Order: sequence, then structure tokens, then C-alpha cells
Amino acid sequence: MTHDETLISVRDLKIAFGPKLIQQNISFDLRRGSIFAVMGGSGCGKSTLLKSMIGLLRPASGQILLGGEDYWAQNEQRRTELNHRFGVLFQSGALWSSMTIGENVALPMEMFTSFSADMIHRLVKLKLGLVGMEHAINLMPSEISGGMRKRAGLARAIALDPDILFFDEPSAGLDPITSARLDELILTLRDGLGATIVIVSHELPSLFKLADDGIFLDAQAREPIAHGAPRALRDHNTNPTVVSFMNRAADLSSAPQTRG
Amino acid sequence: MLSAAELWKKIHIFMIRAGHVSFSALMSSHIMTNAQPPLPSEARTAPPGGPEWSLDVHDTTMVLYVGGNWNSRSDDIPVFDTEHLNGGTPCKSCVIDTQALGRWDSGFISFLWDVKQKVAAAQLELDDSALPPAARNLLSLLPQKAVEVAADYKKPLPFFEKVGDKTLQTLEETGTLTDLGIQTVKGTLQALRGKSRMRVKDLATDIWNAGPSALLIVGIVNFLIGAILAFVGLIELRRFAAEIYVANLVGIACAREISAIMTAIIMAGRTGGAYAARISTMQANEEIDALQVFGIPVSTYILLPSILSLSVMMPVLYVYGTLIAILGGFVVSMTMMSTSAIGYWVTTINGVSLHEFVFGFVKAFFFAGYIGLTSCRVGLKAGRSAADVGIAATRAVVIGIVGIIAMDAVFAVIAKVLDF
Repeated sequence: MTHDETLISVRDLKIAFGPKLIQQNISFDLRRGSIFAVMGGSGCGKSTLLKSMIGLLRPASGQILLGGEDYWAQNEQRRTELNHRFGVLFQSGALWSSMTIGENVALPMEMFTSFSADMIHRLVKLKLGLVGMEHAINLMPSEISGGMRKRAGLARAIALDPDILFFDEPSAGLDPITSARLDELILTLRDGLGATIVIVSHELPSLFKLADDGIFLDAQAREPIAHGAPRALRDHNTNPTVVSFMNRAADLSSAPQTRG
Repeated sequence: MLSAAELWKKIHIFMIRAGHVSFSALMSSHIMTNAQPPLPSEARTAPPGGPEWSLDVHDTTMVLYVGGNWNSRSDDIPVFDTEHLNGGTPCKSCVIDTQALGRWDSGFISFLWDVKQKVAAAQLELDDSALPPAARNLLSLLPQKAVEVAADYKKPLPFFEKVGDKTLQTLEETGTLTDLGIQTVKGTLQALRGKSRMRVKDLATDIWNAGPSALLIVGIVNFLIGAILAFVGLIELRRFAAEIYVANLVGIACAREISAIMTAIIMAGRTGGAYAARISTMQANEEIDALQVFGIPVSTYILLPSILSLSVMMPVLYVYGTLIAILGGFVVSMTMMSTSAIGYWVTTINGVSLHEFVFGFVKAFFFAGYIGLTSCRVGLKAGRSAADVGIAATRAVVIGIVGIIAMDAVFAVIAKVLDF
């Protein structure tokens, strides 16, 4: 697996809600096979950046290049085609509540492939099996727990064998054991599917374990203040905000002391 | 020699050869290629073709040869045939040979999971070391024994249990509704004494939504109803030269029955549905739970402004609707008969006595209370998903409309007995 190939290039991206600036000067490259972390405190615009990468929010300016193609310069039909390369796990699973878990995973295949019903059933079982949820195929989303909903959401995200997976706060609201298992699952799926992963999170243990590259967004500066793997940022970065974030320090000024 | 020949003789058990791979135009082509990690060099030379597999037995080892391109889009992903594993095989392990394997995707993993389960069921050891590392990783996530899924555990109840269940539910609902009604009345009395914890802002918003913003639809529907009544009435009454009584017909019918019912039905659909949807969404977002934890009574915070605003505005809307309906009748009559406008109005004023309006007014008030109570109750009872919000809104409208018609019948009987 070549780690040098750039899959997505973000260039000078500026995201805003109307006149309200969220973040600007965002530039980074997403390399094939990497796990890229979007970090930062609450309300800094992590999820908003994710939204503009998956086509839900048009950036105010800048480019998102997907294999050399400017994503937001395409028409809607082409963007939808490009979106089939994406699998997205939303914060609370975002399962469609009127369908069973199995139907949730089957719907993208029914809509966008020409598989036979039998093949779809086999693949649905497989995808649910991969996340350890094959027993829940006939259950409704309201009948399962939050952690299971997230795993089912993951099964739906990989329904179309995407090559880029986006995770919005994968471990939010999960207990440490379930959260650690989900991390394992994400790693195994990355190796198995050969996918590239973008993960939005502020769960430090997950970030240190999973991510090998990343960007740190700052809410005050409204722009990225650090680039690199979370582990490297923890060990080498000197920016006080990054240092206190990576070390879970409450007070910025006391951060250097708490490290020792 | 014979035994050695036998030993090494490949017993060809099963072979599946797939047809041509067809690609769906809808899928972007990357999906076929991206999911696969770089293939081993010998695999790259594999001839292009559909998925194929065969089982050979070498002494105590079973060898599963897999080859070709495994592409779930081609729809020919084979099923692992199990019969040959059941027949008391002398083998102890099963080795997967992937020399001829081409490209693969989830379909291949799906097949391998089949193999894993069936080999495990035949108590053989599966040696998957020859598989591409990515495929091994995915296969390791899958259990050896798939969990049996209960197809449908919701058994229908026997008839009598169902009837009993429904009866109990109805009784309980009646009780709950009465309780909510009492709480609302209490809340209203408190509000009148200025002791209520209801937010005036909520009441104002609800009054605006249940009153002025409904003027247009109530006006249009009642105008048309009045016009239609006048039109049909004129055609019939003309045969008796009694065309002028159209004024009485439209006036009495609208004041006594039709405007009250139509306005109530409009409000059940418009406002009742909105209440149910809003409250059930609050339920889904745990907003109701938050109210309860704070000890803010749901009755004063949500029910009171909703029900109060409807009860205040609906009688007003009814009067407005009746007047508009009479106007509709007037417009049609003026274009179709030769009475003067003043003559029509005088006949209407003489023909429709005030107590018709009082009757309609009282009915509109009770309809409003009923719609407010039931739609709020339906919203509070709803489940916590998006689908449940839809169900709640539908149910609120249906219960509202059916209830209004039924209540109107009861009012008709009461009016007859009281000779009103």
C-alpha cells in the first residue's frame, strides 16, 4: 500500500455560516491508507469541516481536490457520483428509523447497484457480520443501544465499499471498552478494506491509537494551528493550546507544569 | 502405486465458472479497484474471468482452490456447497489455495465466511494463511457460527385478547385524557388568578398560530362551502319558486353545523397535527424528560398554552367562518337569481336566529378543547424516532376528525332533547 499518494487535497479552505466565519486557511493532504484526525476543542468547527468535505456544506472559498477534481466545482450529479466513494459514520449513527438495521444497510445497494436481491442479502449479512451485528438484522434502530447503533451505522457506511471513510466522533457516548473495541474495528476495517479514514474526534486515547496524521483547529484563531499526527503533536508541539489539549490540562498557563 | 495414485488424484468435486462480469453504469469505477490491496505477483497474471472454486482432497487435507475475479457486481458469487463436508470426511484441515485469485471485493469475503462457517461446522481446521492479508483481517472479524436470527417474534394475539387489550387501552386513554383535561382546567383557573407558571410568550405564539394565521384557509374553505350550498339549494328551490329561502338554508346550515365542523376539521389537520408533531419531536429529543426532571409540569408548560389558545381562537374562527360562508352564498345567489342584495340580507337576518350562533359557538369551543387535548396526548404518547413523529401526526388528525364528527352527533341529540 503506497502511503505517498494523495487522495484528497484541501487548499485554502474557508468555511462560514453566512457572515459568521468558522475556520479559514485550512490546507492539508489526505494520503491513501492514512487515518487523518481533525482535532480541536468543542465548537471549533471540526464537524463543519467534515460537512464541507462530504458535500453537505459549500465552503465560502477554497478547494477540495478529489483526485485532481475540484469537488465543489462539479455539478450535483457528479458530486453524488463522487460521494459514492465516501462512507460516513454520523455522530449518533443516523440510522433511518422506519427501516430495520438490515434494510438500512441494504438501501444504498438497492439504490446504486444492480445486485440481485439474494446478493444484497448476502452482502448485508456480511457487512453486519464484520461489525458483529448480524444478529440485529431484523431489529429496528429504536430497539438497539447507542453503541450498537454506531456499529450498525458503520456497517451502512461500508455498504458500497467506499475508499474514504469519514467518522464524526466515533467514540462519543460510548463506554471505554466499547470505544476501544470500535477503535480496533476501525483499524481492522482500514487494513481489510484498504480504505482511507478521516476521523473527527476529541477523544485523546482514540486519537493517539488510530491517527497517523492530522490537523488541529483552534476556535479563537479560527484557523488551524498545528499539523501532524496526534502523538507527534503531544510530544513535540509547543503551542500552549495544543499542549493543554493533548495533555488534558484545564488551564493554559499551567499546562507545561502538568506535563511533568 | 494404486494407493499413491489415489492419494494424489485430484477429485474434482465442484466447479463453478461464472459468466461475464457486468458493471453497473451507476457505480463509479473506483469501487471495483480501490478496495483491493495490491495483489501478489502471481495473482496479477491470473486470467480474467468470473469467480471459480473447487475442492480437492489430499490425504487428510482438503484444499480449497479459489481463482478468477470475485466481483460482487457480477452477481455470480457462488455459494459454498456443503454436501461434501457432511459425508464423514476423513480430512482434518482445510487449506485455502489462492494462486489463481484475481481481483476481489466484499463478495469474496462473503464466500469465505460461508467457507469458515461450514468448515467449522464439519470440525475441520481452516488454514487461511495463503489469503491476502486484507482478506484475512476481514475474515478474522467474522464469527465461526452466525447467530440464528429469529424471523419474526411478534406473534399476533388471539382475537379475544386483542379485544380485551383494546378495551383496556381505551379505558386507560379515557382516564388519562380526563386527567389531562382536569389539569388543564385547573391550570386555566390558576392562570386567571395570575398564579400560573405558563409562559405568556408561549400562549401568544400559540394564539397567533391557532388564530390569525389560520384565517386564510378557514376563509377560503367556508366561502366555497357557502357558495356550493347556495348553488345546490338554488337549483332545487327554483322548482318551487322558493329561491329566496336559499338565504335561510345557507345561514342556518352554516351557523348551526357546517362552519363549526369544517373549521374544527381544518384546525384538527392544521394545528392538531402540528401539536402532535411538535410534542413527539420534543419527546424524541428528550426535551420532555428534561422538563420532568426539572419538575416543570408538562401540563402547564405545553398543554395549557396549546389547549387554551385553540379554545379561545376556534369559536372566533367559527363566527368568522360562518360570516364568510354566508358571503359565499350571497355571491352565488346574486349571480344566479334576481333578488336584490338588501332583500337577501334581510331574509338572512330574519331567518337565522341568534341561538343558532350560540349553538355553533359552544360546539366550536368543545371541539377546540377536544382537538387540543387529544393531539397533545397523542404527541406525549409517541415513540422516540422520526417514524413515530409521523405516526403521531397522522393519528392526531384521524382521532381529531372522527371525534369531531362523533361529538357533533352527540350535540345534535342533546339539542333535540333540549329543543334548542
